[in-house]
Amino acid sequence: MNRTFGLSEFLFIVAAVRWTLLLSLVAFLGGGVLGLLIAILRTTSSRFVRLLTGGYIQLFQGTPVLMQLFLFYYGLSVLFDMQVDAWPAVALAFTLYSGAFLGEIWRGSIQAIPRTQWEASACLSLGYFQQLRFVILPQAMRISIPPTVGFLVQLIKGTSIAAIIGFVELTRAGQLMVNVTFKPMIIYPVVAALYFAVCWPLSLLARNLERRIDADLGIKRHL
Amino acid sequence: MPILALNGICKRFGAHVALDDVSLAVEPGEVVAIIGRSGSGKTTLLRCINGLEVPDSGEIVFDGRQVERSRVGLQALRREIGIVFQSFNLFPHLTVERNITLGPTVARGLPLAEAKERAREVLRQVDLEDKIAAVPLRLSGGQQQRVAIARSLAMQPRLMLFDEITSALDPELVGEVINVLEKLATDGMTMILVTHEMGFARVAADTVVFMHQGKIWEKGPPSRLFTAPATAELATFIDAILPVGADVMHAIP
Amino acid sequence: MHYAFHFNVVWDHWRDLAEGAWLTIQLSALAMTIGLVVATVCAYAKTAGPTLLRRVVTAYIELIRNTPFLVQIFIIYFSLPALGISVGANEAAVAAMVVNFGAYGTEILRAGIESISHGQIDAAKALGLSRLQTFRHVVLFPAMKTVFPALASQFILLMLASSIVSAISAVELTAATNSLVSTTFRPFEFYFVATGLYLTMALGFRALLGGVYWVVFMRRQRS
Repeated sequence: MNRTFGLSEFLFIVAAVRWTLLLSLVAFLGGGVLGLLIAILRTTSSRFVRLLTGGYIQLFQGTPVLMQLFLFYYGLSVLFDMQVDAWPAVALAFTLYSGAFLGEIWRGSIQAIPRTQWEASACLSLGYFQQLRFVILPQAMRISIPPTVGFLVQLIKGTSIAAIIGFVELTRAGQLMVNVTFKPMIIYPVVAALYFAVCWPLSLLARNLERRIDADLGIKRHL
Repeated sequence: MPILALNGICKRFGAHVALDDVSLAVEPGEVVAIIGRSGSGKTTLLRCINGLEVPDSGEIVFDGRQVERSRVGLQALRREIGIVFQSFNLFPHLTVERNITLGPTVARGLPLAEAKERAREVLRQVDLEDKIAAVPLRLSGGQQQRVAIARSLAMQPRLMLFDEITSALDPELVGEVINVLEKLATDGMTMILVTHEMGFARVAADTVVFMHQGKIWEKGPPSRLFTAPATAELATFIDAILPVGADVMHAIP
Repeated sequence: MHYAFHFNVVWDHWRDLAEGAWLTIQLSALAMTIGLVVATVCAYAKTAGPTLLRRVVTAYIELIRNTPFLVQIFIIYFSLPALGISVGANEAAVAAMVVNFGAYGTEILRAGIESISHGQIDAAKALGLSRLQTFRHVVLFPAMKTVFPALASQFILLMLASSIVSAISAVELTAATNSLVSTTFRPFEFYFVATGLYLTMALGFRALLGGVYWVVFMRRQRS
């Protein structure tokens, strides 16, 4: 006996949006802290530190997210001989994933600041951390906002993968409803529409911010 | 005693010799204009003075003490030596006032109120008091360069370096910057300028240094160098910028 | 930690892993080729086509870039059959990958096309070339050369994303790894090795694409 796709089924799916958003937020904040650390470490003069952080970034950017998730969910529980819940495993996996991407974005932003800004501030006798704090990071942060928002979109979409290990977020909720109603041709497009409703405004915001920040800093970028 | 002494400075970039055994002494209050073609080493020499470039050999003596290449040493040096760049290099995310107060407050520990007062003073010196709250992007090139000069002045340096500061400006904006330089010179600031502004060098410089192929080719007061160049290279150089008379050309040994 | 590593178990099943990897390579290569054609057509439409077509392409791009790949796969695999179109797992996988790559590839190519100076195009027009001929000979080739690195990165991302198609039982590397894990109960070893295989394939593809770049773009310059 199939259930029809009615209001309660729809609301079940919509309610799951909050898990997607919560997971994204946790990973974004955790990854943000990690990413900032990585970005600053990447600009030090120690070759060893740069290689280490470079390796971390390569690992998380150059392998499938799904593999990372499996490694954390199934791998960790076997490794430490304990039952690892879905939430911590998924949160950890996506936090490390975000850290790698945000670290790269922010390092790129720091390196995009012209050398002349470093020189000018050094010639005013500012020390390294003073240069970062007053001159470099404020500018780097500004130009990093659009790609950071862009990554947030990537992250929100990425959390859909957690459905594969049974974590109940938006996509999984859709799968569950398909299992009881057998109406994939309505449900999956609805799920897509919900993602779109969250992601598209963010994408537009990112593009808008980019145009405004470029104008503020006097950059003529060829988009 | 000279405030700055460069002894035997050598610097090469790969196979290219930028500076070849350069020595120079600058007295307090002296205005030195360094002229020469591109690639003659003049900018490299200037940048060696405050540590933006590190010479391969030779010593730099500032105020009787040899300059330390350490981070702390350079930081201390840069409190005494100011520099103004060709492309101004103002901090675009800060107002004019903050651009100027940043150095004194952060690097010298001056309280903000005093730093703001100093900012007003130096802006008065460069004739831009009304732009104190402006953002660099809204200023013309000439105004930005004058703010850059004010920014360096706010650190109350003993020596000011100028790296072709009018080269990136539209011609009609050069005059306002030259006026500021002339005022600084009259006020007794020790200045070393890499410049193409021969007019300024003639009028305001105490010493003109002509560089060629990484060496100091000629050095002396502008009255002598511009009217009676001793070498063909200098004569050719001057001729290309201000045509000299045929009698001068023939008088060269 | 009581877990004892037994990597020899992985070695015992190397053939299954190799078959999975081979399918990954095949799916990716096919999707890359078709996807590039789609991207080229769409990029042309977006830069030189009539307004309506441009809007349609833009809508397509925005839709794909703001919804998760997994949901796109589900729509193609589960929702389409309801409309009477039946697709096998591998076909659905390639279709989804093509559709996904097409969107990103179009934007990359569009940037490349717009970077071609108008002087070139004016010269071509003055020589009497038609719009299509101009596009083919004067715009497309240099544009592709300029954005090739970005395209190559997108190709690699596509290959990594292929792991997600394991969710619809295409037996590529991730699916093969999963089934091996469920029979041997050695998740850590298998996911570790599979991740290593993905890294290797990514390196291999990069080298291959580097070779393609040299052959297609560099050799001509010398002659």
